[in-house]
Amino acid sequence: MSLAVRFHEAVALLGRYPALAGLDLEIEAGEIVLLQGPNGAGKTSLLRCCSGLLEVSSGEAQVLGHDLRRERRSVRRHVAMLGHENHLYADLEVMDHLRFRASAAGAARVEIKDAIERMEIPARLLRVSTERLSAGQRRRVAIASLILRRPTLWLLDEPHAGLDSDGRVAVDRLLRDAAAAGSTVIFASHELERARSVATRTVHIVGGQATESVDVA
Amino acid sequence: MLRDALLVARKDLVVEWRSRTTTSQVAPLAVLMLVIFAFAFDANRELLQRGAPGLFWVAVLFGGLLIVQRTFAVEAEDGNRDALRMSGLAPSGIFVGKILSLVAQLLVLEVIVLVGVVVFFASDVERPGLLMVAALAGTLAYGSAGALFGALALGVRLRETLLPLLLIPVLSPILLAGTRAFESAFGLSTVGGWNWIGLLCVMAAVYTAIGLVAFGPLLEDG
Repeated sequence: MSLAVRFHEAVALLGRYPALAGLDLEIEAGEIVLLQGPNGAGKTSLLRCCSGLLEVSSGEAQVLGHDLRRERRSVRRHVAMLGHENHLYADLEVMDHLRFRASAAGAARVEIKDAIERMEIPARLLRVSTERLSAGQRRRVAIASLILRRPTLWLLDEPHAGLDSDGRVAVDRLLRDAAAAGSTVIFASHELERARSVATRTVHIVGGQATESVDVA
Repeated sequence: MLRDALLVARKDLVVEWRSRTTTSQVAPLAVLMLVIFAFAFDANRELLQRGAPGLFWVAVLFGGLLIVQRTFAVEAEDGNRDALRMSGLAPSGIFVGKILSLVAQLLVLEVIVLVGVVVFFASDVERPGLLMVAALAGTLAYGSAGALFGALALGVRLRETLLPLLLIPVLSPILLAGTRAFESAFGLSTVGGWNWIGLLCVMAAVYTAIGLVAFGPLLEDG
């Protein structure tokens, strides 16, 4: 297996606050890694560093073979990142939004249909503006948008947030399918029981450092 | 880059089409300004006709500010700036797309304001060709400056109040040159309007050139 993510003594700053404080972590391609830890531990910052959105100021950091300290923008094409926000344009209808994301990612129309089916978005919602959707429906559209990017690395912060039971099952299936296809998944969740049922490994993050790594049977 | 620009412009115009902010809110506000000008000048037709070119551009300047605000506010909502950074779209393409969408919305606003000027102030357009070219050049200059400074204010928490402070001084030369060109088009001045149109084109080129270079870093660090 090749390494998808490698951090060695990596430091990332939010202002003067070290969000990552000498983090050491290696993740192989095809793994589904659950990040655990208390609020403010550095889970979201780690995801943002992996996506190239947050700069790694010292140490070593490679994602998908790209050195984040020199070429963090180039990794973004291969990554799908879902934060606490859903990245939706409030005035766009769901279909408008998916078409825009698909065009930006160079995805074909048939892939939009596939993403809609995988996230089980009802046809009646496709002509509804995203601001009129419920929190769970918005999350489904957000994740469908990520599918269109055909990512090699999935970075998800609380992907189950707001979803009903069917939506959670759809997300779990998506993550397993992605890993089975060779993609790597890193996600943070406070819903530990469900998250552990999907993950192949859990990594504990405390104070911007990875303190413990446990394989999940 | 052109593909990315058209993609972003199309998305922005669909957002505008769905919300109809320009036609339902900004344009009525600009027309309302014309009415207030009429009251302020005590319905003095001669004075209003004399000042019509300047009043047109003042109404467009302030109405356009709302369009610029709106065009960049949608990128600040719900983490869309991160999504834009992650999109793989060329920053220069995003910048040109923003200019295109701003120009399209400003032109709609200008048509409505121009109708208002003709109706309320009984102004006559003597040189419609000159007026159209001047409006287009002024709109390009406004759109490029708006896209540049909209990006500058994008990551700032108090952007709603900061953007007018940054943009109005930058737009003042555009207002001046546009007014002079329109005076010629309205037959109020014998000075050639084409020189002012040339100046507007230079301003559009300068702001576009700066934006092409600066938009990427502004999107990353703003």
